[in-house]
Amino acid sequence: MFDIITEIFTTIRRNKMRTALTGFSVAWGIFILIVLLGAGNGLIHAFEMSSSECALNSIKVFPGWTSQAYDGLKAGRRIELGNNDLVLTKEAFPDNVDEVGAWLHQGGCVVSYGNEYVSADLDGYYPNVTKLESVKMLKGRFLNDIDINERRKVAVIGDNAEGILFDGVDGGALGKFINVSGVVYKVVGVMKDENKGMQHQVAIPFTTLQLIYDKGQFLNNYAFTTKGLETEEANDAFEVELRKVLGSEHRFAADDQGAVWFWNRMKQYLQTSVGMRMLQVAIWVIGIFTLLSGVVGVSNIMLITVKERTREFGIRKALGAKPHTILALVLAESVVITTFFGYIGMVAGIGVTELADSILGQSTMDNGFGSTTVFANPTVDLSIAIEATLTLVVAGTLAGFFPARKAVKIRPIEALRAE
Amino acid sequence: MIHLSDINKTYNNGAPLHVLKGINLDIEKGEFVSIMGASGSGKSTLLNILGILDTYDSGEYRLAGNLVKDLSESKAAEFRNRLIGFIFQSFNLISFKNAMENVALPLFYQGVGRRKRNALAMEYLDKLGLADWAAHMPNEMSGGQKQRVAIARALITRPQIILADEPTGALDSKTSVEVMDILKNLHKDEGMTIVVVTHESGVANQTDKIIHIKDGLIGSIDENLNHDASPFGQGGYMK
Repeated sequence: MFDIITEIFTTIRRNKMRTALTGFSVAWGIFILIVLLGAGNGLIHAFEMSSSECALNSIKVFPGWTSQAYDGLKAGRRIELGNNDLVLTKEAFPDNVDEVGAWLHQGGCVVSYGNEYVSADLDGYYPNVTKLESVKMLKGRFLNDIDINERRKVAVIGDNAEGILFDGVDGGALGKFINVSGVVYKVVGVMKDENKGMQHQVAIPFTTLQLIYDKGQFLNNYAFTTKGLETEEANDAFEVELRKVLGSEHRFAADDQGAVWFWNRMKQYLQTSVGMRMLQVAIWVIGIFTLLSGVVGVSNIMLITVKERTREFGIRKALGAKPHTILALVLAESVVITTFFGYIGMVAGIGVTELADSILGQSTMDNGFGSTTVFANPTVDLSIAIEATLTLVVAGTLAGFFPARKAVKIRPIEALRAE
Repeated sequence: MIHLSDINKTYNNGAPLHVLKGINLDIEKGEFVSIMGASGSGKSTLLNILGILDTYDSGEYRLAGNLVKDLSESKAAEFRNRLIGFIFQSFNLISFKNAMENVALPLFYQGVGRRKRNALAMEYLDKLGLADWAAHMPNEMSGGQKQRVAIARALITRPQIILADEPTGALDSKTSVEVMDILKNLHKDEGMTIVVVTHESGVANQTDKIIHIKDGLIGSIDENLNHDASPFGQGGYMK
């Protein structure tokens, strides 16, 4: 064993340039593959992270205008959704509808505490909004079912509003009473403002808002979580049925696409997933071709090595070297070189992805309404990195095996003749 | 030691070339013979067959009692390693190994441990007066020194025969004499069987028996115990 190692190092030392070039092509192949996979993973992780923030199996229903005449009513009629649509949806699809909630909006309010005030919009929410949107609570609690049922005058304010209204106030906003355009609410929680710099948002129970601001049965939109709708086809079928139910209630055609709008997160997720999968495949294809060029590099060098050493092999054979001994020597040399440089490339690649992780691991992009994470954890599984390196080592060796075998099969006399 | 009967060899490089046309030859243990012939006579081919470096088409070759025919590469390698010591015209030392490592190489293929191998290599280098050169690379040595390293390498496995292919072909006359003296002494002192292939009559004259080969057949075999077969061999001048 020691002899083989000495043999290998002697030949490597004799051919520094060639070894360096082989090593570079191997290290580079692995390095590019890992960086590429890392970058792709960054995008994919960001996508997964943002989709895990809120329930994927949710559908939001917005009212629209009818686009066709129906049942004696002309087209262009405004559809108004109300509380009974919630009940209707839940009752019509007991197997598919899980939790129902609605949203109601009241703009142009002034929120004050002591001498401080901000202008804000009121949002009437059901507790299940926390599942549908990424609501991040910083202090206290969000609205709950009792708030809804008792129509309590409680509010959850944003951290920006808290910073302005309760600047220097002992204990912060929790438990304090704020005045919203003449109505007093108790602050029960502080949430993170997702849309910095825009209008302040104050969340109050949906039922409270409906009552106080005299909205009757009216609501702006409603949303629910679904169950048992795993595929795009199932979701499409469900939407058709839901449109039919709402159509008979609000007197619009079952195929009127404009009367109500659905925003189906599951469908969006499924479609984006396909895109992400394609991205992943594309990255792997590029990565594999990069690896392949590394393999070609290794086999090329092996070819030259073997050609160059034909005479040496002839001498060795004349002195009693068996063909497989020489073959083993050549292959061992290639394995040592590819493993060593493959390892360097792998470590460098992992180093770069880790560096990228620490620098732009959580980079976000302002999309106008809030910020979205676009790049998260751009790293590669260690096992994948190791597998890729091993693949290169094995493939490189295999690629070099055939020329090497051919070379050792040459009869010693021909090898000795080669100059 | 060597028994050849009706050896035929044809090369098929484009036009078939019948190089050996039925060689019958016996070389006994302890003989010191040379094979002479013009270029193209088939002497190198014969040596390659003797050295199991090349195969033959028909006939029978026995080396030290072993039938050498249709051997696998591995078996041939083993025979070469254990039975034959080679000396080449162009030395054929491995350029990136020093003298000692070159000498020790055949033992590596016998699976001898490094320490023992190197000790034996030093012993043989010492015998050939090259102990001080053990750590030198081939390109740091003169032709005569390189050939002596090659001889040490040929001897280290204690082979049955030494096959020398133009051993003085790349050397000047003075070192040629030295190298031939070494071979002569090996024959005289240790009873080594030595076959030298050469086209120089002066070199052939140093051997005890001269086998002339012509057009793929044995022409004549001259006993040369008095070393007077060639006027070029007189007084140590061979060139």
